[in-house]
Amino acid sequence: MAEYHFNTPITKEDVQKLRIGDVIYVTGTVFTARDEAHERALEMAEKGESMPIDFEGLAVYHCGPVVRQVGEQWEIVAAGPTTSTRMDIFEREFIETFGVNVVIGKGGMGPRTVKAMEEFKAVYTAFVGGAAVVAAKGIKRVKEVHWLDLGTPECLWVLDVEKFGPLIVGIDSYGQSLFQNVADKAKEKLPQIGEFLGVTW
Amino acid sequence: MTFYQLIEDTTVKLLKFAATQLPNDVSEALKRMQEEETSPPSKAALSTIVDNFGIAEDTSTPMCQDTGIHIYYVNIGENFPKVLGIADILRKASARATKEVPLRPNAVNPIVGGNSGDNTGNHIPFINYDFIPGADYLEITAFPKGGGSENMCALGMLKPGQGIAGIKKFVIDTILNAGGQPCPPVIVGVGIGGGADIALKIGKKQLMRPLGERHPDPEIAKLEEDLLKAINMTGFGSMGLGGEVSTALDVKIDYAHRHPASLPVGVAIQCWAARRATARIYQDGRVEFLTHKEE
Repeated sequence: MAEYHFNTPITKEDVQKLRIGDVIYVTGTVFTARDEAHERALEMAEKGESMPIDFEGLAVYHCGPVVRQVGEQWEIVAAGPTTSTRMDIFEREFIETFGVNVVIGKGGMGPRTVKAMEEFKAVYTAFVGGAAVVAAKGIKRVKEVHWLDLGTPECLWVLDVEKFGPLIVGIDSYGQSLFQNVADKAKEKLPQIGEFLGVTW
Repeated sequence: MTFYQLIEDTTVKLLKFAATQLPNDVSEALKRMQEEETSPPSKAALSTIVDNFGIAEDTSTPMCQDTGIHIYYVNIGENFPKVLGIADILRKASARATKEVPLRPNAVNPIVGGNSGDNTGNHIPFINYDFIPGADYLEITAFPKGGGSENMCALGMLKPGQGIAGIKKFVIDTILNAGGQPCPPVIVGVGIGGGADIALKIGKKQLMRPLGERHPDPEIAKLEEDLLKAINMTGFGSMGLGGEVSTALDVKIDYAHRHPASLPVGVAIQCWAARRATARIYQDGRVEFLTHKEE
């Protein structure tokens, strides 16, 4: 379990240093995207439209924050990760199209994304779910906000972050998934659990 | 102040308490779990969780950015006369708390899209009503429910022949399917019997029970203990990172009699941010907070 500190842009060479279980902290620019922002970005890219910011080398954060508007400025009140598996249907294309090498979320992602991360050399990192005020401490300010018509949870927040983490590498660029390993072990324990409960699977 | 204003103000306080301070039983159980967990990634996750709810409480900030969809349990004392218009009052309280706390707007139109912006909409906030025989107070529980754990809830319409063994397997299968997604350590509420909606409603209502408390029926109490132990044997641990004791905080079970042809099982899953806040409002205007201390 090694610890790394990265500044954005984070390169493919950077992420290839990482193995599941490692911990990273990110300084620089992170942007949020949930289901709807993923969908919109990919639709726009397909039509040849450009993104509001260049995503390459930035970290995408699966997060819909609690925000407060003070005058013209937005403040992030709470900003923990959302469940990442909902983005499994978009993430392969998202990584491939935009050159995003680091995904931040919680709960892990499925085989489709694991394969894409091996192919395009990207990593998935997990922040502790619900730890929204700890996360907000690592966010220095809102740099930009786009697509507010999607609502504040779903829109694109561009955030200035400092030592954002700890982020645990859950999927590395070598096809390994910490979450899959834990799930496989849980299945292996089924006979033991069955014996304890007096049932068979 | 009118009585209606008192109910609205109290409900706004309940929503703020719920979002920013865990009930004591939950915060204590999480701290104990952090001590007991031996697997490093889960222990680290628990330590972040404990830090996080501590800062949230100290700074009156929502502990999780998903401040939930608004659900209320309203228990009306049979001798409490003033309940007309309660649904409107609770709607107003949800909208007000969204601005004042602030909370994340979480009410989205599922047909045409669009976030209402104030946590109200069609059937939302959702209000569960019940009566309390002989009581002269109104009891309101704010129960904002996070989406990540809600997505892992499950309904099984089992065959009666599958019996208790089938129920146990269904609960474990639900946990295996959920893994780290519902933000473990979770609380699992199980409702058995009644019908499809009834089983899920009973399951969800179990999430109100204090942690560690066992069902008065010894057979159900044993089932609660056994399932809790079995769920923790899966080893998912906190946030699904792998852990020995921190997949679940508790299992709560209750039942309704079933139709001879049906064996419904409703499994409700609650993330570690088990937010609930309850107050009693008396006719003379006295307010008693049951889960939190008013400063």
